[in-house]
Parts: sequence; C-alpha cells; structure tokens
Amino acid sequence: MNLETNYLGLKLKNPIVPSAGPLSAEISNIKKFEDAGAAAVVMYSLFEEQLEHEAFELDYHTSVTADSHAEAISYFPTELEFKLGPDQYLEHVRKAKEAVDIPVIGSLNGKSLGGWTEYAKKIEEAGADALELNIYKLATNPSISAYEIEKECLDIVKQVKSSVSIPVSVKLSPYFSSMAWMAKRFEESGADGLVLFNRFYQPDIDLEKLEVIPNVLLSTPMDSRLPLRWIAILYGKVDLDLAATSGIDNEKDVIKMIMAGAKVTQMLSSILRNGIGHITDVLTKMIYWMEVNEYESLDQMRGSISHKNIADSSLFERVNYMKALNSYK
Amino acid sequence: MKRKKVTIDGNEAAAYVAFNTNEIIAIYPITPSSNMGEWCDAWSAKGMKNIWGIVPSVSELQSEGGAAGSVHGALQAGALTTTFTASQGLLLMIPNMYKIAGELTSTVFHVSARSIAAQALSIFGDHSDVMATRSTGFGLIASNSVQEVMDTALIAQAATLEARIPFIHFFDGFRTSHEVMKIEQLTKEDMMAMLDEDLIIEHRKRALSPDHPVIRGTAQNPDVYFQGRETVNKYYEACPGIVQKYMDKFAKLVGRQYHLFDYVGAPDAERIIVMMGSGCGAAEEMVEYLTEQEEKVGLLKVRLYRPFSIDHFINALPGTTKVISVLDRTKEPGASGEPLYLDVVNAISEKHLSGELKFAYPKITGGRYGLSSKEFTPAMVRGIFDEMKKEKPKNHFTIGIKDDVTNTSLDFDPGFSIESPETFRGKFYGLGADGTVGANKNSIKIIGEGTDYFAQGYFVYDSKKSGSTTISHLRFGPKEIKSTYLVNTANFIACHQTVFLEKMDMLSDAVDGAVFLLNTKASKEEVWETLPEKVQQDLIEKKMKFYIIDAYKVAAETGMGARINTIMQTCFFAISNIFPKEQAILMIKDSIKKTYGAKGDKIVQMNFDAVDKTLANLFEVSVPGKVTSKIQLQPAVSGNAPKFVKEVTACIIAGKGDDVPVSKMPVDGTYPVGTAQWEKRNIALEVPVWDESICIQCNKCVIVCPHASIRAKVYDKKLLENAPETFKHMLFKGKDFGEGMAYTIQVAVEDCTGCGLCVDVCPAKNKTKTGLKSINMEEQLPLREKERANWDYFLSLPEYDRRKINTSSVKDSQFLEPLFEFSGACSGCGETPYVKLVTQLFGDRALVANATGCSSIYGGNLPTTPWTMNSEGRGPAWSNSLFEDNAEFGLGFRLAIDKHNLQARELITKYASEIGETLVNELLNADQKDEAGIYEQRLRVEELKRKLSGSKFDKDNDAKHLLSLADYLVKKSVWIMGGDGWAYDIGYGGLDHVLASGKNVNVLVLDTEVYSNTGGQMSKATPRAAVAKFAAGGKPLGKKDLGLMAITYGNVYVAKVAMGANDAQTVKAFIEAEAYDGPSLIIAYSHCIAHGINMGTAMKNQKAAVDSGYWQLYRYNPNLVKEGKNPFKLESKGLKIPLKDYAYMETRYKMLTKSDPQTAEKLMKLAQQDVNDRWNTYEQLASEKQAENKESK
Repeated sequence: MNLETNYLGLKLKNPIVPSAGPLSAEISNIKKFEDAGAAAVVMYSLFEEQLEHEAFELDYHTSVTADSHAEAISYFPTELEFKLGPDQYLEHVRKAKEAVDIPVIGSLNGKSLGGWTEYAKKIEEAGADALELNIYKLATNPSISAYEIEKECLDIVKQVKSSVSIPVSVKLSPYFSSMAWMAKRFEESGADGLVLFNRFYQPDIDLEKLEVIPNVLLSTPMDSRLPLRWIAILYGKVDLDLAATSGIDNEKDVIKMIMAGAKVTQMLSSILRNGIGHITDVLTKMIYWMEVNEYESLDQMRGSISHKNIADSSLFERVNYMKALNSYK
Repeated sequence: MKRKKVTIDGNEAAAYVAFNTNEIIAIYPITPSSNMGEWCDAWSAKGMKNIWGIVPSVSELQSEGGAAGSVHGALQAGALTTTFTASQGLLLMIPNMYKIAGELTSTVFHVSARSIAAQALSIFGDHSDVMATRSTGFGLIASNSVQEVMDTALIAQAATLEARIPFIHFFDGFRTSHEVMKIEQLTKEDMMAMLDEDLIIEHRKRALSPDHPVIRGTAQNPDVYFQGRETVNKYYEACPGIVQKYMDKFAKLVGRQYHLFDYVGAPDAERIIVMMGSGCGAAEEMVEYLTEQEEKVGLLKVRLYRPFSIDHFINALPGTTKVISVLDRTKEPGASGEPLYLDVVNAISEKHLSGELKFAYPKITGGRYGLSSKEFTPAMVRGIFDEMKKEKPKNHFTIGIKDDVTNTSLDFDPGFSIESPETFRGKFYGLGADGTVGANKNSIKIIGEGTDYFAQGYFVYDSKKSGSTTISHLRFGPKEIKSTYLVNTANFIACHQTVFLEKMDMLSDAVDGAVFLLNTKASKEEVWETLPEKVQQDLIEKKMKFYIIDAYKVAAETGMGARINTIMQTCFFAISNIFPKEQAILMIKDSIKKTYGAKGDKIVQMNFDAVDKTLANLFEVSVPGKVTSKIQLQPAVSGNAPKFVKEVTACIIAGKGDDVPVSKMPVDGTYPVGTAQWEKRNIALEVPVWDESICIQCNKCVIVCPHASIRAKVYDKKLLENAPETFKHMLFKGKDFGEGMAYTIQVAVEDCTGCGLCVDVCPAKNKTKTGLKSINMEEQLPLREKERANWDYFLSLPEYDRRKINTSSVKDSQFLEPLFEFSGACSGCGETPYVKLVTQLFGDRALVANATGCSSIYGGNLPTTPWTMNSEGRGPAWSNSLFEDNAEFGLGFRLAIDKHNLQARELITKYASEIGETLVNELLNADQKDEAGIYEQRLRVEELKRKLSGSKFDKDNDAKHLLSLADYLVKKSVWIMGGDGWAYDIGYGGLDHVLASGKNVNVLVLDTEVYSNTGGQMSKATPRAAVAKFAAGGKPLGKKDLGLMAITYGNVYVAKVAMGANDAQTVKAFIEAEAYDGPSLIIAYSHCIAHGINMGTAMKNQKAAVDSGYWQLYRYNPNLVKEGKNPFKLESKGLKIPLKDYAYMETRYKMLTKSDPQTAEKLMKLAQQDVNDRWNTYEQLASEKQAENKESK
C-alpha cells in the first residue's frame, strides 16, 4: 500500500498533517504527532499583530506608572531584556526540527508587508521545511474594494516568495468572489500550494450578558464540504498542490479529499477531540478501506472524483436549487 | 586614564561601587534607598560580575533588622558584605551595628539619609537617621554630590578593611540619591587598585570556621565588660589617618583629592560655616560669590564625621577664624545643641583649653536647616553669613522656615539668586503619567553624554498616586554645577499640561528673555486668549519667547497614547538649540533606541514617528503687546472650607507650603479629618454618568469605587422639590425603606479619578445599544459645573437611618455613608474599596492603626487626607505608627479601650444611685450587636453624661473620670490595616503575636502581593512565577499562606476575600470579622498598578484569580465550632480556569515569558501545582471537619 504523497515538494509518507493549532506549541506533542504517524506538521501561527500587541502592552504597563511618585520611580525591574520579536517562535521551530524527522511547516500571519517578508525569512532560517501563509483577513471596510484586497494578498505572496527559497503555501479564506481566478493568480504569484480553507473566529451572542462571545468552534464533518467542492473544482485547473482543511474527521473524509484532488489533508479539531492517537486510527482505517476497495496508492485515487474526472462536472459547479431543477426535468 | 562619563543618580553611583566590591548584599526596600538594592538585584540577575569576577549574591530580607542580621552573619562568615537603607530602616539596624562595630568588622552600609518619623513620617532627606547611629561605633562618612558618592563609596570600602571600623557612607536622600548628574565613572581597575587584597584575605581569615574554630559574641560580667569595651580605642584613633591615607591614594589614582575636612573660601576667612551633605554645594556657591566680593568667608565641609578627628578639624580651619556657624540637618529636641555643633564646640574648647588653638576662641553658633529636604539655597547661606557679622549672632537658629513661635529663624532674601547665566536652567511641569520625568532624564543623558557640558536633573513629585504633578529641574552648561537646590530662576519653562496654567503661577521663576513651551490644543491664533492674565503679563513683561505644540494630537497620530514624553523632548531640543536640529534628532533617536530597544522594534519605531511628526506641529507664537485675559489663577480650596484648611492646607495645595510659619502647624502631629473634600483635583478627563432609565439599583458601582466618588442614596422623594434641574433620580425599587422613596446615584466629578471600575462592574445594559450601560464615561469638563451643584445637593440629602439598613447585603451596605473619601490613591486602586467598606460599616466607632505603606500615604500624606467624619462628628480615628509594629500598635488601642471600658463600668456602679439603677443596668448589659443596639447605647451614654454634668460633681474626681470614659461604654471597633509587606514580612512577628493574643482586633491585609508603595518589590505574598523587583527572574517559590497559618490557632476568625469575585462574601466577611469577639484576619485581594494591568477592568482580574483557584474565597469562623458546625467554609468554585489564563492577564507574570520563556514555563507549571495542592488542602479542610463533627455527634 503506497500512501506516499508529494506536497510542496516534500515527499510525505502519507497525507495526514496536523494543521496549525495550539497542540504544536508543545514539542512533546509534535513528537507524539510523529509517533502517531503524521507525515508532517504545520506549526501554530506566528502572528505579527500579536507580537506588536505584546510589545505595546508590555511597554505601556511598565512605563505608564513610572516616574510618577517619589517613592516608586518604577514598578518593575528595569534591567530586564525582553524577547519581543519572533524569537520564541523561531526557537520553537528550531527545537521542533531537532525533535522530529518529519517535515516542519511554519505558519505565519503577518500584518505589514515588511512583517510578512521579515518573519518569513526568519522562519526559513530557523529550519522550517516549508511555510504556510495564513492570510487571515476579514474584509469589513466598505471603502476598500475587492480588487485592493486581492492585490494585497497577491503582493504578500509575491514578496514572500521573492525572499525565501522554501516552498510556500497559502491558507485562504473562502470569501473571494472568484475563487478559481484567485487561485490562478496565486499560482502566478509564485505560490506552491493552497490550503483550503481557513476558518475565522465565530463570534456568538450571550443572551444572558448581552455580550459578544469571541470563540472558535471546533469544525464538524459538515465543514469539509466547502473545501471538498473547491478542491474538486480547482484540481487540474491550477498547478498548485492543494491541501484540505476544515472538518476532516475520519479516514473517509481523508479519502474523499484525496479523490477530490488534495495532496494532503490537515486535521486539527478531530485531534483535539480524540487525542493525537486519532491520527494512527485514521491511517489504519484508511489502509483498511483502501485494501477492501483495492486501491494501491493515493496517486491512483487523487482527483478521481474531481470535476475533470467525473461524468457531469456541473455537479460540483452548480448551486443546489439548479440541481433540483435539473432533477425535476 | 580616560574614564567613562555617565549620567546617573546618587543611588546608582553607590550601588555601582558596592556591587563591584562586595560578595554578599542583603537588602530591604525603603525610600529613598530602595533603588540601590534594586540596581544590585537587577545586575546580579543579569549575571554581572564584581571586580573579582564573582556575581554577588543579593538577598531580600523581611526587614532591615533582618538585613542587618544577615549582613552580620555574612561578615562573621568572612564575606565582603554590604547593605543599603535609610531612616527607620537604619534605626532597625542599630542593634546589629553595635555588634558589627564591637567586633571590629569591616563593612560599609550605604545610606541615603532621610528624616525619621516623629510628629509625622517623611520620606525626604536629612541627617536624623544617621545621627541616631553615632553611638554604634560605626564610622560616618558623608558624600555631598553624586560624584562624591561614587568616590567615597570606594574610599570607605578601602578604609574599612584596614581600619576594621565599619562605616556608614551617607548622602542626602533625594537631593543626592535621586539627583541625576553627569559624573566620571570609576573603573574596575580603580577599584582593584584601591582595595588591598591582603586585607581582604585577613578579613576572610577572621571568619568563623569549624576548620579553625573560635567563639565570638560571648556574654561578659561587671568584671571585664568595661575593659573589653576599651580595647577598641586604638582602632578609632587610627581610623581618621587611615581614611585620609585612602583619600590620598584615591587622589593619586583618580585625581580628585578629598580630605577629612575640606575647606573652601578665603584663605583669611573670618566667618566659617561648618556643615556636611549636599547643602555644601549651595554653601560653596555662595562662598565663591562672596569671596569674589572680597568678603572673608569660608566653608568647612565635614566628610569623616565619625570618628571625629579634632586635630584634622582644627587644622582645616583658617588661622583667621573668628565666627563659626555649624549647620546641622537634624533636630535633637532637648539637646544643648545639634550633634555637629556640639562636636565643633567641643573640638574648639578642647584645643583652646590645651592651648593648641591657633586663633582666639571664636564665636560659635549652631543652626538647623533643610529638614526633610527643605530647600537650602545660597540665599539662605548669605542670610547665615550676614547673621555671623552681628555682635551677638543668633545661636540655635533655624534657616529656611519662619519660626514665629520661638523665633529661632534667621531672615534671608528668598529672591536673591546667584545662578550662573552660563548655565541652562529649565523647569518642566508634567503629569506623572505623561512621561515628562522620563523624557527629562533622557535629555540629561543626551546632553551629558553628547557634550562636554556638566548636567544635572532633579525631579519633584507631589504626594498623590493618581494624577500626580511632576516638576523637573534641569541644569546644564560649561561650568561645574554645584547647585544642590531647585531651579528658582529659569530660562526655559515647559508646561506639558494646559490645566496647570490655572493652578500654578508657572512663569514667576522665568528670567527675562526666557522661553515658554506650552502643550495645548489651541492653535497658534487662538492660544493667547486661553492664557491666564498672569501668564500673559509675564510673557510680555519678561519679553519671553513662546512656543506651542499639540502634543496629544501628535501622540494620537503616532500611537503614543497619553505618553507625550518623546514629543515634548523633541520640542525642547528643537527650541533650545543645544545642538543643531538634525544632530539633536539623531541623538534623540539614539536615546530612544537605548531606552526602548529592549521593548521591541515597534516601540522604537513608534517613538521615531513621534519625533518626526513633532517638528511640523511646533509653532512659535508672537507675543502680543497687551494683556487681554481675565482668567485668574484658581483658589486652592473653596471659601466654605474650615479655617485650618484655608490657612494651612490651601497653602500646601498651592505649592506654598514653605511659607507656612511654625505657629500655624499643629504641635503634636494632630490634624483635622475630612480635608480631602476641599481639594477639588479635577484630574479625570472622563467621568461616569448615570443613566437612571436602566439602572437596577444594585449599588455595585458604589462598592467598587476606590475614591468614594460615586454614591447612592435612598430618600423621601418629597426632598426633590428643591433639587437642581439636572439632578437625576428614580423611584426606589424596593419596599424595605418604605413607600415613596427616591433613589439617586451621584458622581463627584471633581473628585473622581476616571478609573472606570464602576462602568466595568455595572450589570445593567442598554437594551437598544448594548455597548452602553447604566453608568457610562463622558467628558468631564462640560459636566463639571452642573454636577458640582448636583453633588452639593446630593450631600445635603439626609443619610438614611443606619438602624434600618440591612448592612449585610451589598446593596444596602452601600447606602451607608463612606468615611474615607477622595484619597490620593492610584486611579482604580484595589485597596481603597475595602478600606472604604470598613468605614461604611463601622467607621463611626472605629480606630484604625495603619501600617506604613501605600495605605498610610494615600491615607495620611498632607496636604489633604481622606479619613472623614459624619454629620454627628463621628468617624474613624486614624494613626500610623511604623511599618513593623502596626499589629502591636493596634493591639495597644484595644488594650486601652478595654481598660477604659472596664474603668467606666466600675465607676458606673459606684454612681448607681445618682445615675439610676435602670440606666446603669442598661448601660452595663446593652446588646450592641447591631446598629440599633449601638444607637440605643449612645443615647444612654448621653443620658449618663447629662446626669453627671451637674454642679454637684464639679469636685468629684471619679465623676469627672467617668465623664471622660463614658464614650467607651459604646462598642469600639479596632482595625489594623496594612499591606502584605507589613503582614507577611516585616510585621509578621507582631501580627502573629497579636492574633495569638485572643484580643478583639480586626486585621485587614490589603494584599497587593508586592511592596507597592516603594515600587513593587517582592514580599512573601508574591506568587510564584510573577516578576517583581528583587525577583527579576520570577519568584521561584510559592506565596506564603497567611490565612492557613492563622487558622491553625483555632480561635482566629479568618477570611479571604476578593471583592471583584464575590462582593457579597466580602461584605459578610467584614461584618462577621468585626462581630467576632476575638482576633480576626481578613486577607483581601487588592489589584495594583504594580501588577501591570488595566486598572479600569481589574475586578475581572480578581474574578479570574478566584476562578483559577489561585485565590480561594473562604471564611473560617471559630464560633461555628460551638454550634457543632465546620468552621471552615470554602466559598469559591476554584479550578474553573487554568492558572495561566488568569496570570497572563497581568504583566507581572507575562513579562517573564518574554524575558525568560523557559523559566516562565517551568514556574507556571509549578505555580499551577501550587494551586492544585492548596485547593486540595482547602477542599479537605471544608469537608473533613464536617466528617469529624458528624462523628463527634
């Protein structure tokens, strides 16, 4: 049984990759990923905005009260040196590389163009085998056009690609008017792969407190339908490695994604729910399914149920009510 | 050798040498010496090495007594050891100092000399503390300037090793300890060269060691103790010579020559001033000035004060000496003179009697000056020299004050100034929070390090912890700066806050042609009309140059928030032309990199942006030729204030406290209460505004208010007839107070500090705009006038009858009048809501013993104090004794009250027939458990007093005694309050004893988990994994469990509370503690600016602390045992969130993850384990006891 797959130029032993998330903040978990059979790991994201925020917060709280009272010229030790840049993250990447043999993929969420390139370079220097750009932006400003947003995303990719030599994938939001057009532009901008899709914070309302609750819900298997469709549509239309993420829970979800055209599947919620051992379970069951259904390799099934390999490609492209009309006919 | 020039303060200079030349450093924080320990701790934490390549060990002790003990021990064990202290701290070291000196042990203690608490505490500088150690046997050596501090620290260290006499090396607190000065830094080679290695080895050889055992510290009897005491004489005789030897060695090495007594002035001077300390700078300036005028005057600076070398002293005086005036910076009431004066009199007399005096017996006068950092200026020195010309100059005089009682003071011309015109003199008025002082410290460094100029900075702060005003005094120029006094003629004045213009006569010190820089929102065209009349007048008459900037606009545009430091600094350099503009900008940016580099590139860039944007917003305003303004300086207090407040307090508020004569000051440190209400500070830019339409009347906003500036009242709605139009009210929702009652939440907008805690805790949300609550912040200025009237009206409404209030509910308790209001505590303070609650519940019958610390400063620092009284004239009586003895002090209150109560009870029975049996019985057996009972008892006491006031008792002493003791028949509530530094550390021994006494006292520990008042040093209450001063690498051990320790006594009521997590439990605990007839201990979580948090939402931190299980809420009530119940009630749910979710809300924890992530991770895991373990213990305590009780049933 050959589960091997080639993602971003990395030869992976199977398509299971834990996606960016809190578990990778512990080196011991990364080791457990490897032991459980994960083919690579995407590190948690380095957020430029968070680094900035932390620096401002630290500066504010240690200085706003200083030099205000004769008895207390300051309230904190003044001689401390802080590691406020990405050092901690980079050190973590370095340690992860030392700890495991599987490829380590860095993840970056920049704020400024300069930040994207600077941190990308540093992540590469820290030893990451590839970089996932977590372009995490909700377009809420009515005075900024889609064109401007799209251009910004593409500029980021171009800039980062020109500053690093490791492969770069882009983790995207699903909210582009023309996803296929955008995917093609990412390809032209130099991206090596697309990760479909990013899930944003999903604020809720607390009716007791009449407050917004900023939280993230773990994905459910239903969430996999969106990436499934888009991978199936994009497969073969763009020369990019496609990674599926969101709602991949079990071996069947993995197989479906591969059949739609994915090179790898990234899992987080199901691991958080079931523990890191879940990776082994999925792999075992996947092999079993492939044996039962007489598949020999992933290459054999990849894209087999993508838009270009199914009889009626409109099944992925049409919206539901159109399908309903068709069935009426 | 070329030595580095550094711009540092006196504390850093002393610490630098002490750190480099010692192995062990034992410390304890006390102002103004704390920074010395902080520097050493920080350097040690960074792994910096001393001159022998060793990282000195720095240990914080539980008190100065403890530090001295450890110093003594380390010295006995052969280590080079030092410590730093001041004032009360030095007094606590005295017992050990006798031992250390008695055993001829080499060490140097560095002391930033400070006043001793007498009629009042003062943190400022004089020699009272040092003078109290004269008899210990320590040598006393003085430094007069920052450079001298560094030099003398080394000379003393070298000399002590040879002389074997320990030294106190002292310099004036604040004036020298905090003065920033450009000095030459000694090198490690200098220090190596000065210290004799053989002597160090000898010191080590004298160590106690089992390898060559000796016994030291014996007890001796009448037969030999005396002889033993005399053995040391030869060491004291040799000591002055040894010190001079090292002064000479130092001169050869470094070039600066010191003598035991340094004379400056005319070689043929007839009038000589003798003094020591920083005042010598001012005196020397005047001596130089007068000698240029060919006056025969001189100054003798005393450096080695103990051992006092009469020979060296006499030899240092000119042979022409006729009049000597000795100035002491201390006061010894009842003495025949102050110490230095007496030494001089003695020296002259001895030499005169022995025929060795080279001149005729001079006139000798002694005078006191500069107590508590009172200004000492060349004008005063001139006054003294003028007095010395008189046939009979005044002796035992004072200078710098007006003593109109015993007429000791000398006259002088305060307007007389000899400031050098070549020297730049700038005064900068700022707010503590706006970064003015920090910017000026940087400017001094830039100038000091970027030019050959001499540079000096000194910074004055007011006593408030919120909205404090700072005045920076900067001097620099080509001439050496000896001016050890505030700038009093300025050629540059900067006002960083427009509001100051109406409060201070800011330009009165400006010289002709001076520059005035104003931060204002007004444009170039509009600004003139916004200036007060006096400012306009000064600008015109003094032909001043006038510049403006809207610094807050630039700050907002560049992300700087309220920090305008970099902007104003840039303006200063742009205007003052010290450097070419481009060069200045580069230097500022370089300085920004140094200052903020450790905080990341973004912070540096933000400051760079601010610099770049500043110049475009800086404008020169042409000064019109005519005064047009009608705006006058505001009076400090309203005309309705009482006489004392108008005559004394107002002067202090207005910055004219120096003018208050002796006759106006209380003789025994007793002051009226309720003065804070007269100081309308108007420091909040935004204040809470009540939306009555959605209020649910929970009163949570009232209970959390740290400044008692938001209050609730319930009252008869008929009283609204005369209410101002904008006075808000609503129908009271409950029926507990009867029908037809109105309810109002009123804000004292002029007293509010704008922290926003009330808004944060308000649970009532606007249904259409949920971003709004029933309390919302709005701009203060447009509200000020009408809310002032509303506040006055609110105060005129009657307080609700205390007897009818259910004090145990949060809501009702907040209808009780607070008798602690408008303190100078930090905006959003976490301590004061608890203090206020005590006054609401028990204030009209409370005595408060307050440990030194934040609470004694915001509670008792002049000009105004927050403790107040109700309309019946009752309120908390408050006092602060010391830091270390507060529990014992409070116990003393209880002992006196109980004794007085007993005496009164005994006397009543004696007068039963006159008073009436019924009244006597009622008085003796009164139930005073609630407000009604206390009210009834007060009526009975009034009745008793009436009955005893007849003329037939005029000559009856017992009756008079009973009259004076009658009030003690009403239950009194003793409250012992203080912070964790007191309760966990310095005062713990006493606290433990008082808790064990069984006496009815209530202890409130305001636990901020650090020494907040002195700047956030670690205490035993500091939690593991948090950063604090003296724990720069994160506190490695867990917090002491004070509550559990007290519980082990079994008869102590113990509660742990956090108002932000459970206000109802807090109120219950306070009431139970007070009701418990025995010792009670309440440990109250008090958030603090030293935690590095947003103070406006800090109640959330309290809640998180409780939810994490870190801070458990419980009540341990011994009374429940009698009822067969478990006395321990665990009242929080605990372990709901991981500790880090709480901890990392706070900079004190989070900063360790940025400075040392690995340690942070390790300590956080251990800290979580602490939480789990403690929680298990408490759960067991809450459950096991019940099981036992069941069994016993």
